[in-house]
Amino acid sequence: MKKDQIILDRLAAAARDGRLSRREFMSTATAAGLTATAATGLWSTSAKAQPKRGGTFRWGIHDGNTSDTHDPGTYTSRQQIYLAHQYRSYLTMINPDNSLGADLATEWEATPDATAWTFKLNKDAVFHSGKPVTAEDVVASLNHHRGEDSTSAAKSLLTDVEDIVADDKHTVTVTLSRGNADLPWLMTDYHLAVCPANEDGSIDWQSGDGCGPFKIEEGEWGVRWTLSRHEGWHLEGPYFDSLQMLVLNDPNARQTALVTGDVDSVSLIDLKTKSLLERNPDIVVDNVPSGAAITMPMFCDVAPFDDVNVRNALKLAIDRQEIIDKIAFGAATIGNDFHLSPVQPYWPDDIPQREYDPDKAKSLLKKAGHENLSIDIHTADSVFSGAVDMCVLYAEQASQAGIDLKVVREPNDGYYSDVWLKESFTAVSWGARPTPDVMFTLAYKDDAAWNESHWDNDRFNKLLLEAKAELNDEKRAEMYREMCMLMRNDGGTIIPFFNNFVYARRNNVKHSGQLAASWEGDGARAPSRWWFED
Amino acid sequence: MGDILGLIAKRLGLGLVILFVISIIIFFMVELLPGDIAQAVLGQGATEENVAALRKEMGLDKPAPVRYLEWLGGAVTFDFGNSIVTDEKVTTLIGERFKNTLFLASYAAVIAVPLAIILGIIVALLRNSIFDRVVNVATLTSISSPEFFLGYILILYFAVNWGMFPAISSLSEDMTMWELLNRTFLPALTLVLVVTAHMMRMTRAAIINLLASPYIEMARLKGAPPWKVIVKHALPNAWAPIINVVALNLAYLITGVVLVEVVFVYPGIGQALVDAVSKRDFPVVQACCLIFAGTFILLNLAADVGAILTNPRLRHPK
Repeated sequence: MKKDQIILDRLAAAARDGRLSRREFMSTATAAGLTATAATGLWSTSAKAQPKRGGTFRWGIHDGNTSDTHDPGTYTSRQQIYLAHQYRSYLTMINPDNSLGADLATEWEATPDATAWTFKLNKDAVFHSGKPVTAEDVVASLNHHRGEDSTSAAKSLLTDVEDIVADDKHTVTVTLSRGNADLPWLMTDYHLAVCPANEDGSIDWQSGDGCGPFKIEEGEWGVRWTLSRHEGWHLEGPYFDSLQMLVLNDPNARQTALVTGDVDSVSLIDLKTKSLLERNPDIVVDNVPSGAAITMPMFCDVAPFDDVNVRNALKLAIDRQEIIDKIAFGAATIGNDFHLSPVQPYWPDDIPQREYDPDKAKSLLKKAGHENLSIDIHTADSVFSGAVDMCVLYAEQASQAGIDLKVVREPNDGYYSDVWLKESFTAVSWGARPTPDVMFTLAYKDDAAWNESHWDNDRFNKLLLEAKAELNDEKRAEMYREMCMLMRNDGGTIIPFFNNFVYARRNNVKHSGQLAASWEGDGARAPSRWWFED
Repeated sequence: MGDILGLIAKRLGLGLVILFVISIIIFFMVELLPGDIAQAVLGQGATEENVAALRKEMGLDKPAPVRYLEWLGGAVTFDFGNSIVTDEKVTTLIGERFKNTLFLASYAAVIAVPLAIILGIIVALLRNSIFDRVVNVATLTSISSPEFFLGYILILYFAVNWGMFPAISSLSEDMTMWELLNRTFLPALTLVLVVTAHMMRMTRAAIINLLASPYIEMARLKGAPPWKVIVKHALPNAWAPIINVVALNLAYLITGVVLVEVVFVYPGIGQALVDAVSKRDFPVVQACCLIFAGTFILLNLAADVGAILTNPRLRHPK
């Protein structure tokens, strides 16, 4: 047998075991000399296995509180978000390949100016109680997050919504005050779960009835949830007969439970022990790039950051790869100073990666008249595990460019109320947002409350509004590319890396090889997408 | 006997006053915590409007003393109110949890108390022998390590390496008693290791202290064997300090188990308290703390009554 063939066979075997993601499979296969088409063929014929039904999936999850509730407006903890994706449904969903797919809505369509969106509902969808899912339920569920006295955290997401009407039993139209081409993407937001409507137009979120792939048998917040397959689910799956979600907040408890086989999968593993876990033949670690970023914003209206040369010098003075290797233990995707990750829609793949270049940084500082620059960066351990270490390492790297960077360690409690948006240079951790429009509007638009870098770029602000209502995908992608270039070359935010989601499963648990990047556990939909193989 | 009943009544009355003072302290300590309940519940994505709306819904727009008095009014009639965050009754929220904590504490106590006292008597009998040294070093080592560390060590050997016991103690309704005891063995063992040393050393010290007394010498001179001297003559006079230490450790088993609960994922009251504090859920914090305070008061009372009952001089004051 030829050497290449041996490599390919091994690759296919590894893919069958689920040890390789599709992305890794493709890049290795093409590196081994296969054309992209041949590699795709090999992936779909030999590597991808057929799902099997049966078994009880025991999932150890992190971040669960006793005080959590079923109210979708107050979803914050992973326990609430994961559970919501099992027993409730959304209008749309993020597919394993990170494209937008159908959930309750089978198709959607906008007016040419994108100010009105019509969603057609799946006629097969039923609640666990047996009641069919109708347009009224969807209208009531979305209205739960709107209006004067709504207490929902998703209210800001729907501020542009003017009206939501049920056209008929299975059609819903959402009208907007401004065009928004991303509305179907926004419908994947974890708050916007569809619940049964009450007579008065409110929703029944208390009972725990839903139209998701599993129905709740019993459970207690902060402890465990037992669910069983919803036979009338409107989509393919789930393959597991039943599901147990165990809240395991302690990282060691999670890992031990996985090693001893008390659970079949865990939602998060400790990066420090990732390599040890990978050595265990019974366990497979999934390392999935996400859109969750670590940012270091500088106030663009405060000296010395008001000079773009200083900002760019600081961006050149950071060695991102070293930070990923030493702080994130390799479980991260390199940043390029624009807030969009490769797994998100409209990511421009042709922008050159900014490298560590202390000499160029030095010359830029000289040009700006800021040689021997001395500044403070504020951080706290609660930003992410290793945030202080990251800043100390950055200070060491920046000293090569003659920058005297002092790391100020702040208290964990109240960091986001007392330090972030108050100090001129900080370290921040952001959760992933579904589209560039949401992220840019939230933190880079001139008048955004969370414009953490006080950045005000006319061209960027103009493009942002134009792109929002642009339905032509190609034009839109070009606009986002330009915005990313502006952020990278003029913006006030250093983005060292995007966190990967790192989770693990016993090797008898299989998945398609593609994993959605919206949440841990295949976009929080692992229980309805994965299966057991004996 | 009447004296004891009088003492119990007096102490219970005093206990109520203490509980009242504690409830005030807890209320204002929760008030002093930085941050805001509505903000904590809604997370980073909340706008100012919906934080205000939620505050109103939770009744947080009223001044703090008014809220405290409202709670107190209910508490006097044994209505501890509803959780601010989930709006569930506090009693249903922590009732099951408290039962679990009591179960684990009793499980550990049933092993630890006899073990500690018997070991204490044996090492007093064999004092300064190799056995005495070994037991002392072993128990002192276990009390000197933090309990989460002990828990991890036990998990490493008993669960991961030898597979004898489950690593996580998640409970479910349909468990048999045997399964339950098996599932909760490791956390119970951790607690046993943590509390044994204290009780054992107190037993040993109290007994050895008495061995120099003339009446012990008398017992020895009349030819009683050493174990009889200790169990029959020395122990009855040593009970008072031992009972005190046992009571303190029993209280610790109930109030100090948060770390053990986290390590073994045991659904007890400690985890509920930690969650409630992080969400500033005052009625739940209050109820948990009052349970803890009540536990201390009752066990201390029991220790005092026990000390009186075992000491005839206190039972029949002049």
